[in-house]
Amino acid sequence: MKACVVVFPASNCDRDVAVSLEHATGIAPEMVWHGDGSLPDCDLIVLPGGFSYGDYLRCGAMAAHSPIMRDVVARAKRGTAVLGICNGFQILTETGLLPGVLMRNASLKFICKDVHLRVERNDTPFTNAYDKNAVIRIPVAHHDGNYYTDEGTLNRLEGENLVAMRYCGQDGYVTNDNNPNGAARNIAGIYNEQRTVLGLMPHPERLAEEALGGTDGAPMFASLVEALS
Amino acid sequence: MKALIKITLKNGVLDPQGKAIEQALSGLGFSGVDNVRQGKLIELELSQTDAGKARAELEDMCKSLLANTVIEDYEIELEDA
Repeated sequence: MKACVVVFPASNCDRDVAVSLEHATGIAPEMVWHGDGSLPDCDLIVLPGGFSYGDYLRCGAMAAHSPIMRDVVARAKRGTAVLGICNGFQILTETGLLPGVLMRNASLKFICKDVHLRVERNDTPFTNAYDKNAVIRIPVAHHDGNYYTDEGTLNRLEGENLVAMRYCGQDGYVTNDNNPNGAARNIAGIYNEQRTVLGLMPHPERLAEEALGGTDGAPMFASLVEALS
Repeated sequence: MKALIKITLKNGVLDPQGKAIEQALSGLGFSGVDNVRQGKLIELELSQTDAGKARAELEDMCKSLLANTVIEDYEIELEDA
């Protein structure tokens, strides 16, 4: 699997995710600057976490119009897998590759803590190494992760099984108490219709090896290697 | 000509920042304040002198970048037009 990580001004999880990808594939991913006009040939494009362009205007709004994003959108439309983590998820919604928007957390607080997530399906390139409905623990670190879209779109996401992960308790139950940011229907991540694009607020790369205190994020990278190699 | 673009959250979209401002105002002793909503005001100068064309261009800017129409409404105001 050949992976590219797009680096924007003020990306700050680009190198973390590069380490996770290299551990999973044995090959260092290609780091691509946002100002470049096109991506090298690759099987996976990662939009990493961070605060691209200082979150000016709206989180991800400026990055969504970076020169490189034209090629990212074109490749995504041709079926190349795209993983957007945290700010990457915000950028994906701003480009329109994923519906909805990530609003300010309902508590108004920046939240940095481990959360439990229920993996809603395990038949996608991103989750095939997880059990169906597996409960995993990885961290969130964001100020704007409150997923919002209109009821019609929420119903369509549910109806087409495009919700990738939901905030839940350790036991897997999805309740308001386990919703860290006010996200509609506890949504932590969603797929596009083809399930080739995933946006999620939590950070699998931050708990992907024992030395970091947990490995629940690692199967996401293993899944991608399995699906895309 | 100069343009002012007012961007506000759509009705029904929760505005936690507005709520926090409302609470702060009440904490300062201002009573009778309700429904505080926070938005953005963007000011810009256009070289375009035709008001109709300017408005069309601004609509385009709002839809493609300045506002996120999933959650925001925008209002365009032209000065010296």
